[in-house]
Amino acid sequence: MSDIDKATVAKIARLARIKIEEDKLEALAGELNNILGWVEQLDEVNTDDIQPMSSVVDAKLRWRLDEVTDGDKQESVLKNAPNAEYGFFAVPKVIE
Amino acid sequence: MTDLTKLTIAGARDLLKKGEITARELTEAHIASVEAADALNAYIAKTPELALEQADKADAKIKAGEQKGMTGIPVGIKDLFATKGVHTQACSHILDGFKPEYESTVSQKLWDDGAVMLGKLNMDEFAMGSSNETSFYGPVKNPWRRGDTDTVPGGSSGGSVASVAGFAAMGATASDTGGSIRQPASFTGTFGIKPTYGRCSRYGMVAFASSLDQAGTITRTVRDGAIMLESISGFDAKDSTSVDMAVPNFEAALTGDIRGMKIGIPQEYHLAGMPGEIEALWHQGIEWMKAAGAEVVDINLPHTKYALPTYYIVAPAEASSNLARYDGVRYGLRETVNGGGLVDMYEATRAAGFGDEVKRRIMIGTYVLSAGYYDAYYLKAQKVRQLIANDFKRAFEKVDAILTPTAPSAAFAPGEKSDDPIAMYLNDVFTVPASLAGLPGSSVPVGLDANGLPLGLQILGKPWDEETVFKVSGVMEEAANFTAKPAEWWR
Amino acid sequence: MSNYRIQGAAGDWEVVLGLEVHAQVVSNAKLFSGASTEFGAEPNAQVSLVDAAMPGMLPTINAECIRQAVRTGLALGAQINKFSVFDRKNYFYADLPQGYQISQFKHPIVGEGTVTLDMGDGKTKDVGVERIHLEQDAGKSMHDQHPQLTYVDLNRSGVALMEIVSKPDMRSPEEAGAYLTKLRTILRYIGTCDGNMEQGSMRADVNVSVRKPGDPLGTRCEIKNVNSIRFVRQAIEYEAQRQVDILEEGGVIDQETRLFDPAKGETRSMRSKEEAHDYRYFPDPDLLPVEFDDAFIEAARESLPELPDDKKARFVEELGVSDYNASVLVGEKESCDFFEELLSALAAKTGKPGQKLAAKASNWVMGDLFGALNKASKSVSESPVTAKQGADLLALVEDGTISGRIAKDVFEIMFETGKDAEAIVEEKGLKQVSDTGEIEKIIDEVIAANPGQLEQYRAGKDKLIGFFVGQVMKATGGKANPGMVNQLLKPKLDG
Repeated sequence: MSDIDKATVAKIARLARIKIEEDKLEALAGELNNILGWVEQLDEVNTDDIQPMSSVVDAKLRWRLDEVTDGDKQESVLKNAPNAEYGFFAVPKVIE
Repeated sequence: MTDLTKLTIAGARDLLKKGEITARELTEAHIASVEAADALNAYIAKTPELALEQADKADAKIKAGEQKGMTGIPVGIKDLFATKGVHTQACSHILDGFKPEYESTVSQKLWDDGAVMLGKLNMDEFAMGSSNETSFYGPVKNPWRRGDTDTVPGGSSGGSVASVAGFAAMGATASDTGGSIRQPASFTGTFGIKPTYGRCSRYGMVAFASSLDQAGTITRTVRDGAIMLESISGFDAKDSTSVDMAVPNFEAALTGDIRGMKIGIPQEYHLAGMPGEIEALWHQGIEWMKAAGAEVVDINLPHTKYALPTYYIVAPAEASSNLARYDGVRYGLRETVNGGGLVDMYEATRAAGFGDEVKRRIMIGTYVLSAGYYDAYYLKAQKVRQLIANDFKRAFEKVDAILTPTAPSAAFAPGEKSDDPIAMYLNDVFTVPASLAGLPGSSVPVGLDANGLPLGLQILGKPWDEETVFKVSGVMEEAANFTAKPAEWWR
Repeated sequence: MSNYRIQGAAGDWEVVLGLEVHAQVVSNAKLFSGASTEFGAEPNAQVSLVDAAMPGMLPTINAECIRQAVRTGLALGAQINKFSVFDRKNYFYADLPQGYQISQFKHPIVGEGTVTLDMGDGKTKDVGVERIHLEQDAGKSMHDQHPQLTYVDLNRSGVALMEIVSKPDMRSPEEAGAYLTKLRTILRYIGTCDGNMEQGSMRADVNVSVRKPGDPLGTRCEIKNVNSIRFVRQAIEYEAQRQVDILEEGGVIDQETRLFDPAKGETRSMRSKEEAHDYRYFPDPDLLPVEFDDAFIEAARESLPELPDDKKARFVEELGVSDYNASVLVGEKESCDFFEELLSALAAKTGKPGQKLAAKASNWVMGDLFGALNKASKSVSESPVTAKQGADLLALVEDGTISGRIAKDVFEIMFETGKDAEAIVEEKGLKQVSDTGEIEKIIDEVIAANPGQLEQYRAGKDKLIGFFVGQVMKATGGKANPGMVNQLLKPKLDG
């Protein structure tokens, strides 16, 4: 079903924001095709009337009270930042 | 000097209670054995000062009559768990220098009980692996060798098992997504337990695959595992998938009595090409169960063979999303590109920060969720997952526990399975199905193979029935009487 | 049916509009974290470690946000879904710390509903609502503080938003404006969003396409994040024309996202060469589906105040307030609250039924009160004259204690000093003179003092009655009951 080529690998890498060097694309396509080919055996399974598993937990989502119980910790939030200025996270600008 | 490090948690608890040893002595002995175990590369951060501080607090607690099971017990913490102010990187370069301002619920529970942290343990990067060969800090060595050849400890909790098997910790926290507690326990002759999904809080655990990740423990005995798992279990309102079930006294389940219990043997776990020794050991386990008065029943889990491919769609999909936050903006590694902008920073950071296996899984995950492929892969996999869970549900109507081998082989040599990712994935063939169904499972060390390497058997239980898992594990442990220890070549 | 058309070279074009409104939910804490939602704090001071997407952090849902979404759905007569799912919408941006937004894709919390637009002159039009879902707001990126760097503040990251998606039922800038106005009024009424577009707590994405009437739908462009109703109308005008121009030249519309530039009054393309986003939606495995029962929905329904349309109908039909007055009063909750409180107090004080007083009361509120408030740039909630005080003033007019004319003066003093009407009337001795004997006496004095005018009046100059009225008023310092003066004066003048 799947036959990922270099162009598709490049596209996926873009979506995942990981730089893959041009000369590595071919090999990676091969690796991915290998794995995808293997997982495709799921096609053999008849899942016609089966609901996808929504959660392995058999419980209801618990709701939290609307109270301010957190925040007010600018220092902690910025502590590990590679670049923080004036209380902001600083990042390179998006280049249009 | 190393006598104290050979104690079990239960044994140490006793001596501490009687005042025959102090927590400080116990910790000092372990700090030394941690130092002596560098060759294993099990620890990637050591916290001796903190450990001694905690030991002193533990001694005070014991004196005040407030001793709990884990009070004063020196443990290692897998690098996946956030430890406040201490190295927490999930053994990845992309979290370089990250020291969290918060503690994971699992480790906090241990500190509340008075346990002592020896340091952070090595693991496969972001818990993705079955041999601890993908860590940014280099591979972990299994205390058990094949003659003079190194072997892998299994993964992803390689550091956890190596430290415990190497007597450089009395217990270790670990995590299991597809088998990362059970399989390495099997490779190192230790006892590993993964509880029911939702039993332990995931708050502060670096997320890999949210619907599968669970914290658990590595110890040298079943009783120790019961003591430690009880300590880290419990409902946490900060984790929406944490379930509000009372935590039983797991130790009390170790009655040694499994008469009348029904143990299921899934036919689909007899794999073609499985080493004869493992089949033999499985049979041996069956005999031990019968001898203990249990009834052994053949069962079918028809969708077993589809568990691994299901897992390798669902887990990478969730991981691709969970790892999107590692982008160089708020913590960890940042690589900028000269003259480049934000997107260049993302791409360069993530390219430099993630190892190959992590990148592969992110790419697979991104692909199976992408437009046009979601239905064919992700949705399909979640349906098959439901079928796998249904298989177990049906089986557990007939049996109380299920017995299988833990891994399809003993520990292998480094590099042996690195050429083909799928060969590595096949390590988890017996452990993954229970992960997909959220069931509790353990690995009990039961024997050695012809090369002198440990082999384990896996016991699975119904949801929330860790007690049965412990009970059966305890009986298996007693019957197997696995007393072998690795030669301490690493000192 | 709207007649709005863009005139083309060979025939007219119809505009098809849909609006996606992002409304910040009124709640104390964020949707999935306990950090505060208050506006205007120091950067990153209202950020929890969950909002900052630290490793191992997990979302927990705020009950009030669920309730507010349900209340909003009920106010729009919409279908409430007792089972809904949160999905992750995956994309990368500096103000999106997790690298995904927790939103709802396949199973939103609210289904189809309606917004009834007030088009003026009592005309209405129903616009369909497709769905409402809950999602996280993103943080703020500031690009203009530094030459090479963008500064990111995550205070807003994780605040609950309701995304209210309309059906493409609107056909003119006016209808779009009326939709936003009505939606905003409703949200403010029920207190689920403060509708402050300048502050960004309510934003509109406008989908615009054009077609020849009767043709299938054209390709649409989305104009994102327009933050005023006026700009929405302007953006639609510009964009519709832009599309018509392209099509008439034989071109094709590129489906794209655009931004409105208020300074230039133009829309421009947002993405240069960016590929379309592939959001890879999947159910968030850190959460479970949201479920609630009928009892929860009923409790939410009971908590709703009377809605604008119902209130307006009641004002007109039961209270006899004019359609125009009712529309204005009902436009803002604080206005109609003020009016209703005043009316209630006035009815209690005078013993007369509300229906008899409502028209006068509404005129006073809209004329005198609003006039004074506008001049002082105050809102109704900042009024120095309370509804009760207004009622007291009008009661004094009702029972004849003062005239309407005097009441205006008294009101001016009330507005300035905040004092009660009765106190001012007492202090300044402004009580209306209604004693017939006294008025007659003064009339006699005035007539006696002005024989010349009396002769002229009796000779036929009827209009001079005004002069005499004026003189009587002057002699009484304006306090003579005007009605009574008129009644008593004429016979005396006629002789």
